[in-house]
Amino acid sequence: MNVDDLEELADKHREEYAAVKTEIRVCTAASCQSSGALPVLEALTTGCDASDHAGCCVKQVGCMGLCSAGPLVAIAAKDAPLDQAQIYRDVAATDAPEILTSAKTGTPMERLHCPTEMPFFARQQRIVLENSGIVDPNSFKGYVALGGYHAMVHALTEMTPAEVIAEVTTSGLRGRGGGGYPTGLKWSTVAKMPATQKYVICNADEGDPGAFMDRAILESDPHRVLEGMAMAAYAIGANKGFVYIRAEYPLAVERLKTAIRKAKRAGFIGHHICETEFNFDIEIRLGAGAFVCGEETALMASIEGGRGQPRPRPPYPAESGLWGHPTLINNVETYANIAPIVREGGDWFAGIGTERSKGTKVFALAGAICNTGLIEVPMGTPLRDIIEAIGGGIPGGKAFKAVQTGGPSGGCIPEAHLDIPVDYDSLKTLGTIMGSGGMIVMDETSSMVEVARFFMEFCMSESCGKCIPCRAGTAQMHGLLDRIVKGEAGRQDLALLEELCEVVQATSLCGLGQTAPNPVLSTLRYFRAEYEQRLLEQAA
Amino acid sequence: MTMQRARPSLPSDDKRWKIVNATMRRTGYAEHALIEALHSVQDAFGFLDEDAMIFVADSLDLPLSKVFGVATFYHLFMLKPQGRHSCVVCTGTACYIQGAGALIEGLEQRFGVNPGETTEDGALSVMTARCVGACGLAPAVVIDRQVSGKLDSNALNAKLEQEIAQ
Repeated sequence: MNVDDLEELADKHREEYAAVKTEIRVCTAASCQSSGALPVLEALTTGCDASDHAGCCVKQVGCMGLCSAGPLVAIAAKDAPLDQAQIYRDVAATDAPEILTSAKTGTPMERLHCPTEMPFFARQQRIVLENSGIVDPNSFKGYVALGGYHAMVHALTEMTPAEVIAEVTTSGLRGRGGGGYPTGLKWSTVAKMPATQKYVICNADEGDPGAFMDRAILESDPHRVLEGMAMAAYAIGANKGFVYIRAEYPLAVERLKTAIRKAKRAGFIGHHICETEFNFDIEIRLGAGAFVCGEETALMASIEGGRGQPRPRPPYPAESGLWGHPTLINNVETYANIAPIVREGGDWFAGIGTERSKGTKVFALAGAICNTGLIEVPMGTPLRDIIEAIGGGIPGGKAFKAVQTGGPSGGCIPEAHLDIPVDYDSLKTLGTIMGSGGMIVMDETSSMVEVARFFMEFCMSESCGKCIPCRAGTAQMHGLLDRIVKGEAGRQDLALLEELCEVVQATSLCGLGQTAPNPVLSTLRYFRAEYEQRLLEQAA
Repeated sequence: MTMQRARPSLPSDDKRWKIVNATMRRTGYAEHALIEALHSVQDAFGFLDEDAMIFVADSLDLPLSKVFGVATFYHLFMLKPQGRHSCVVCTGTACYIQGAGALIEGLEQRFGVNPGETTEDGALSVMTARCVGACGLAPAVVIDRQVSGKLDSNALNAKLEQEIAQ
């Protein structure tokens, strides 16, 4: 498979679909499926006969973003971007005839119209999600026709591994799993290791409750992740990759398996890829419901078939990882950014975003907000824009109270700081983290002490039990929070809670324990009054 | 020249053991495929009993303690038989904010089971999950592997009664 073969493949796909002028795209990602997309797909497929609807074809696509309005159906010219599509919301199977008529005649129907001019669509800049909602996730040729695998072929045949790393370094891409470690630096560290056996791992164990970016990427455009992994393997000199994915995401697993099978058949995974000396194989490894397995050393223990318990670092995985070999671990979204960086150049990517946070970030909007779903915006977009313009504000006329970022390791941001640009460093100054990209909005009805208790309960039950500060500390902190919520605690309990936060933060073995106190510290910082109100002497 | 170790014979002539065995064979009976093997047992039988764990341990040449340790570490592995129907309430952050707690209370009042328990007649197992990734539809519930969103307690209970009655 070389550049010419790739072009041939893309041309063949275009010929096959030459007669198609209009696509009727049905989102079949997990969220729309649970709102009933499959009956819609079936009704449209049976209703769309070739004679009566010449030039129309029904196509399964991935996430278009606005999950709260699902099932979504879009009518668009072939391979046209999302903002040029006519999107219909809350579609039921009974609407199929009307939709088919509107596709045939080109006149939009008003009843289910979902305006693409609304900020939710207009304010986004899609790089990671550029094919999401356009490409059929199960179609290998469809991905190639949209320019897929071109970056990989280019990298393998015309760039040295060092040049690939240089491009990624120039781009300024930082780890999208939440750590924010510079990707180029990570790659070059592993590349410098003299070992003959190296591994790449894709961390798709999206454990943060309220985050579904990785799920959507894998369900919408799985080949993009494989392409990124292959380029990473080429750059660092690895010949074997693992995708560690949560078993809670059956659809993502299924689509990833299909993608791997088809990429293998086309020779994009396997031996002598693109007629070079580069060999690369990918295997899937299923998680089994343990949040701690998102931590890299625990994840590797799990891939090795053991209990997912972290180990102290150093040595870092770059030096001694899977079975003691140098290992590169990146998150799904990090890999999804690689193909555009190689295609457009690192400088292009570095032109987007802020000085120290480059590119775009995919966020999952959820909680008390009108437009729940998936968005991708440039780094540095003000939080207020995300919540009020893109998210459409709070439903039911209630007042905004806080937005939680970074999952159980993050914190809550109050109204006073909403004008902050969203990037790694600004969020740190507010005592929270970017995390993987979950954003949960809370309105005035949420009690922040109860939210803190909720997260502590999560950390307590997800603690692996290896180190005492986390195993015992989270349980004690949960007990204290529980008493505060129930109004059974005094001032000394609050002081004890704050002291425990410091101890657990400073002495836990891995990120889970070190960050477990964050939700408490952050709610104490901005909503201390809510804690005070519940103390015994106040109540008396 | 290493001797090929004898693999244990299948625990019974139940066809499902062949599926489990095929999974392990595909990975060359490698010990790092333990989690895959346990997944295949659970997919085939619905839970992991002692016979299954002994069989997997013998097949992969691992101590039973290691297999038991892994099976008990991960939330998804069940060591008890499950009900005919399953209802998993998502307790992720978004679902918590949107009222997952009320759903769990409602289930307890109507069916008398807490998360992790099965009704006495074996009709329904109630579980919680940390996040099923359907936050856009919070509160989300997975009934017999089908995700439903935006249900209130009454609608959920009615839906389950309907499933059980079928």
